[in-house]
Order: sequence, then structure tokens, then C-alpha cells
Amino acid sequence: MTGTEGSVSKEVPVVFHGEPGGGLAVAFWATLKRDLVLLLRRRSEVMNPLVFFAIVITLFPIGISPDPQLLTAIAPGLLWVAALLAALLSLDSLFRADYDDGSLEQLLLTPQPLAVLALAKVAVHWLLTGLPLALMAPLLGVMLALPAGSYGVLAVSLALGSASLSLIGAIGAALTVGLSRGGVLLSLLVLPLYIPVLIFGAGAVQAAIFGDGVMAHLAILGALLALALILAPLAIAASLRISING
Amino acid sequence: MSLRLQAHSLACERDDRWLFRGLDLDIRAGEIVRVEGPNGSGKTTLLKILSGQLADYEGELFWDERPMREARDDFLSNLLYMGHAPGVKAALTPLENLTWYQAMAGQPQDEASRYAALDDVGLAGFEDLPAGQLSAGQQRRVALARLVLTPRPLWVLDEPFTAIDRDGVAALERRLFDHARRGGCVLVTTHHELTPCAELRRIHLGGGGLDDGN
Repeated sequence: MTGTEGSVSKEVPVVFHGEPGGGLAVAFWATLKRDLVLLLRRRSEVMNPLVFFAIVITLFPIGISPDPQLLTAIAPGLLWVAALLAALLSLDSLFRADYDDGSLEQLLLTPQPLAVLALAKVAVHWLLTGLPLALMAPLLGVMLALPAGSYGVLAVSLALGSASLSLIGAIGAALTVGLSRGGVLLSLLVLPLYIPVLIFGAGAVQAAIFGDGVMAHLAILGALLALALILAPLAIAASLRISING
Repeated sequence: MSLRLQAHSLACERDDRWLFRGLDLDIRAGEIVRVEGPNGSGKTTLLKILSGQLADYEGELFWDERPMREARDDFLSNLLYMGHAPGVKAALTPLENLTWYQAMAGQPQDEASRYAALDDVGLAGFEDLPAGQLSAGQQRRVALARLVLTPRPLWVLDEPFTAIDRDGVAALERRLFDHARRGGCVLVTTHHELTPCAELRRIHLGGGGLDDGN
């Protein structure tokens, strides 16, 4: 303990602050950086969905049949469903730690708009879950005899789609953060909203295998992402306020 | 602009009983208001209502003589709230924790002031250890460093003395009185007896519909 503790009397008088002005970008980056550092220090949480994804895809050829034709036919749906479940698996912890240690109340009490700060948290979730899943998927596609020409489409569709999944899922995570066992409820809440993303995501890969045009599917995935990007942060902010109010 | 937090006939009901009812408050600059009452009498709930976190209440809140709904942004940029949970990330170092708080407060990033704040709460030498390795009292001190780091006129502190040692309690008490004397305002719940002084006011909760000894 140092002798300087509590030496406060020399400070200037208390000043009042006007309406909050800038600082939003600073707050956004600080939240992004803090969450990245936090997750990178708890690597097991980052690795869990990736390991889950790899295990599920590895088991299918063993469990069904090594027949390449059969595997090619089911590969797009399989890869997409496994990636979707892997992303869902990691959602529960999105706001949980913040809720438990009191940082969530502090986040709600900053003069900055909560929606933007929530977006920073979702961005971290995508960077450390959705993006790695998208990059990993072509590698696992090899195991399912996915034609080489569709690797790019698979990665792009997953990258676009998983961003929507993170945004939509975060609404569910925000709604269930106050519940001690919100995991099942979270899945029930967000799975119906995941279905359009799944249909067009898997559809894009399917189209790439058959040599059809993939742009339509990717464009719809992009449109879904744009919509989620605009609406989800507001819904997340409102959900967090409801959860904290409970 | 002046520091004035008012509440008119505030009432809050939880599980079919009134925590408090018809509560009128007028808190001005230079005051320390201690909310007291037995466990479960609604101290934390009152602080959460007054800091704008709970909407589940009856009555009106005014900040700077404007209704809270209109003045919310202005209110939040003048408020420093510290809850039961200190809001300190165990995996981050005290310095990193304060970096986030400084950014959230909209202040320029300044490492020297973070070091100074940690030194001020007696955490010199612990700046770069993960907060999870510190003791409960030291973690509380990391949260208390915000009082130094991000100057705000209105402090709402829920049990700030928890887990703090005797010297730390005395220092924190001095800090509260000093803040009030410099024109700030402190709203605090604590089971620790504060030294009586001119700035100190008390609000007693626990009458409204509670059974004795409950």
C-alpha cells in the first residue's frame, strides 16, 4: 500500500458535462479491442465451436458412407447445418460474462448509444467464430468430396451468412442473458430466424456444385446481412434493457 | 446547469409488496445521501431506479429540473454508477480495465492518468497483473479507481466499502466527503457507519409493508 492513497483534496472542483458529443468511435474500438483481448485469453471458448464443426463433419463420412457421389449431394447442407449449430453453440456466452461481472450495467449506463456498442460485441463474435468457420469449411469440404470449384462460394456464403447469424443470435442472447439456463430457450428463439440464411447459404453452394449462377443466392445473403446490420443492433439494445430490467 | 436529482412520490412494488411508497427526494450539489435499511428493503433497487436502470417504478424523476426521459443523455454523461458487482474483468489487467472505462467515458486515452488513478487507490505495482489474480478488495479498488479517473459530479455507489480494508475505508470516506465539498454529490448504500458531518443526509427504507425483522 502506498502513502499516496486518498490524496484527493488538491484536485480541481467538480465540472459538469454538457450533452455527449463525440467519443463514439473511441468507445466502439475500445469495446471491440477489449472483447478481442478477452476472448483471445480464453482460447478454449474460441476453439470450442471450431472443434465441434470439425468433429461433426469428420464423423459423417464414417457414419453414412464414403461414397463420393452421395457425400457431394449432401455436403452443402451438412456443412451449413454444422456451421450454424457451431455458431449457435457459442452464442450463449456472448453477454453472459458481462452480465455476471457487472460490465453490462456499465455498458448500459454509458452516454454512448448502446446499439453501436452491442454491434462491437457482435463483430468480435463474428471475427472469432463466423470468420474462422468460413475459412475452415473448404478444408472440411474436401472430406465430403466437395468439388474444388465450390470452395470459394462455400467460404464466401458462410462468411456472409454467419455475420447474419451472429447478429440475429445476439438478439436471442440479449433476451436470455438474465436467465440462469437460457441455452435451450435461446435456440428456440433464434432457430426460426436462422432458416432463411440456411436456405440461401446452402443453396449457393448447391448452385456452385451444379454449375448454376451463385450470384442470386449470394446477393440475397448480402441483403439479409444488410437488413440484420441495420435492425439487429437496435433489437439487441432493446433486449438488453429488458433483461437488465428483470 | 446545476446538479439536482429529484424524485416525486416514487414507489416500487416487488413480489406483491411495496419496497417504498410516496418517496420524495431532492438531492443537490454538495450532499452525501446515505440510503439505509435492512437487507431486502430495496436499497439497491432504489439506486438502480435513480440511476436510470430500472423502468419498473411509479412516480417521476427529474434531472436538472427536466424530466428524466428528456434529460437522460445529459444525466448519463454526469453519472458514475458502481453496482454490487464491481464491473472488473478478471482476465484483463487493472490498466486494461481502466482503458475501457476511460474510452466509455468519452475521455482521451491517457496512460499516465490511468497509472495515477491506480496509484491513488493503492494499486501501484499491480497494474499489469490480471485482475483475477488480485484479492476481492483489490478488485474493488480497481473499480474505485474510476472515481479518480473519470471525473463525474454525481456518484451512485452501491456498497462501495465491500471487501475494502480499514485504511482503504478511511481513504474512501475521505474521498466521498471531499467530492461533496468540491460541489459533487454522492448517493451511497453501505452498512459501514459514515462519520457524521454537515454534508451527510440519510434516507431510511424498510417501513413500507415489510414485516418486522424481515
